[in-house]
Amino acid sequence: MKAPKRKIKPEKRTKPKLAVIKFTSCDGCQLSLLDAEDALLDVADAVEIAYFVEARDRRLPGPYDVTLVEGSISMPEHIEQIQEIREQSKFLIAIGACATAGGIQALRNWRNVDDFVRMVYAHPEYIDTLETSTPISEYVQVDFELRGCPINKHQLLDVVTSLLIGKQPRTPTYSVCMECKRRGTPCVMVSKGVPCLGPVTQAGCNAICPSVNRGCFGCYGPMEAPNTESLGQHLLDIGAAPGEVVRLFRNFSGYAEDFRLASDAFEEMMA
Amino acid sequence: MTTLRIDVPYMARVEGEGALNIIVEDGEIKHLELNIFEPPRFFEAFLRGRHFMEAPDITARICGICPVAYQMSSSHAIEKILGVQISPEIRALRRLLYCAEWIESHALHIYLLHAPDFLGYESAISMAADPALRPAVEMGLRMKKIGNDLLALIGGREIHPLSPTVGGFYRAPTRKELLALKPELEWGLEASIKTVAWTATLDFPDFEPDYELVSLRHPDEYPMNEGRVVSNLGLDIPMEAFEEHFIDDHVPHSNAVHVYHRDHGSYLTGPLARLNLNLDKLTPLAKQALEETGHQFPSRNPFKSIVARAVEVVLAYEEALRIIDAYVRPEPSRIEAEPRAGWGCHITEAPRGMLYHRYELDDQGLILSCRIDAPTAQNLKRMEDDLWAFVPQVLALPHDEATLRCEQLVRNYDPCISCATHFLKLNVVEK
Ligand code: SF4
Ligand code: SF4
Repeated sequence: MKAPKRKIKPEKRTKPKLAVIKFTSCDGCQLSLLDAEDALLDVADAVEIAYFVEARDRRLPGPYDVTLVEGSISMPEHIEQIQEIREQSKFLIAIGACATAGGIQALRNWRNVDDFVRMVYAHPEYIDTLETSTPISEYVQVDFELRGCPINKHQLLDVVTSLLIGKQPRTPTYSVCMECKRRGTPCVMVSKGVPCLGPVTQAGCNAICPSVNRGCFGCYGPMEAPNTESLGQHLLDIGAAPGEVVRLFRNFSGYAEDFRLASDAFEEMMA
Repeated sequence: MTTLRIDVPYMARVEGEGALNIIVEDGEIKHLELNIFEPPRFFEAFLRGRHFMEAPDITARICGICPVAYQMSSSHAIEKILGVQISPEIRALRRLLYCAEWIESHALHIYLLHAPDFLGYESAISMAADPALRPAVEMGLRMKKIGNDLLALIGGREIHPLSPTVGGFYRAPTRKELLALKPELEWGLEASIKTVAWTATLDFPDFEPDYELVSLRHPDEYPMNEGRVVSNLGLDIPMEAFEEHFIDDHVPHSNAVHVYHRDHGSYLTGPLARLNLNLDKLTPLAKQALEETGHQFPSRNPFKSIVARAVEVVLAYEEALRIIDAYVRPEPSRIEAEPRAGWGCHITEAPRGMLYHRYELDDQGLILSCRIDAPTAQNLKRMEDDLWAFVPQVLALPHDEATLRCEQLVRNYDPCISCATHFLKLNVVEK
């Protein structure tokens, strides 16, 4: 078989450089960019995709104008890597629950990680890992955060577009409830008695869960100044078991401070 | 002794982190090791103590490219424990959802990840910059989008859908909503047939090692959600016997887990294995498209997995259209399940191959233990064995080209985005 030569068309140097970086994650958030099928080639025309291992071999060195960082910091070498990426990035955006709250991996933060290693691996001695899974902001300054597990691709495109035209990106700080009202979804808690974190969760997903008849489980993380205590109490009042309330808060964005304090408080109540 | 060490800093278009270490002595491979450095993620550990209704949502986060597969395997396994019988309508909707995932995942792999290897581009982004190839990339993106649109309609969103769950769906789409997608699905079917013809024209290395192919097999249909585990070497067992035959092996000095067959060692799961073992179950147009390629199947040439993947896209579009035509909205959309203690396992066919889940629940419905074998973990040993056979063919090439060929070989398996590689270092040590 012939070994074909690589053809790389030189791109104009003037385009802003975009990098996409992964730490511990499922890749779902960076996949959102490839899932923006209608916009992908336009994005590739407008910016220089300088570093995106999931999509291309070619890798250009920094500095990068915009860096999207997916995943949590969970390995010893991640700490140095994120610091270097910070230095190479003018505008660093943490994308998704892993990068903004430690993600589902942060469930280890409540437990002894050595126990976890022993449960999963036959040879625990080969496994090197941090005791915690934490957000990017734990180690470096983050310029903007996109929430969700996964992020919403339209929000991602909006943010990138805002930056390209020199505007400060914005995302809502109100709750998922507002989105239910806007799309006319009847409240699942009121109409069906289903436990829902919508009242304390940041909007952005367009309230998808209630629209499919289920409660929000908080994947976008806490809204600004959420009243988790009164919501948790209300969930108990409508019949949720305390364990269920703990698990609901301790989820994909469970290590975000407001949710963490809430799950700890309700756990203490159980004891 | 001369020591030659070559580093290829990253392996792109495959995901996870990996390195390939080879020691060559007098032109002969003495040692070969494909290392995977996926950070340990402990899903089996932190699922303990979670409620069974959370399993589909949590396990979906193992892979952003094939979350549906995790939702399907976990839901089926838990339904077995709880004695839940889903209705024929729910069954059909699940198959439709799986078609959507096969379409988006396969189209992504064929056009964005694998085609650049065959055509000599570093990425689909560079392919799209070439006016001659831009239409092909656009066609691939549109095919993928149709899969994603169907997935989002049924699941609530494309990545980590919210509607599929134990017992069925939180919400089932209406017939009208599904019918609205038909024109695009029909376009996609045409495009997928062209895709098969196009993949057949690619240049395939002459490479056909001998190995075991394993997949599900169902008496009436091409396997997705149900069936027995069969192989070309005569294996034919129920899913419940999987762990007796297939062993988890934690590879020394890494966090990789290899799965191998007790009797035959490494084996292949995924599109090529499924196609080889289920040729008689192809849908009419998929069968015709395959025949028109002129390629002989069964085939064990791993490079032809791109053809198998394309044929499965035709099949998925055909099946999707058939299911939509016959669609009756499930009522109820979800069968309620009461907790009870027990043990259950299930396998479904993820885009990349068999995905095994096993759970043990307590009487409160909390998970006591679980085991998950992802397709990539099953294929890792096969990749390594393939490389043993393949590397001698490319060692004489300049290092860059040899690396590209090895990467292409690994990409045949479509190693899942978060269970394979971000740094493929090819280290050749010559003694
Ligand atoms: S936030 Fe969710 S979707 Fe995004 S990478 Fe993490 S697990 Fe995947
Ligand atoms: S409703 Fe809640 S859990 Fe569902 S997608 Fe939105 S933020 Fe995430």
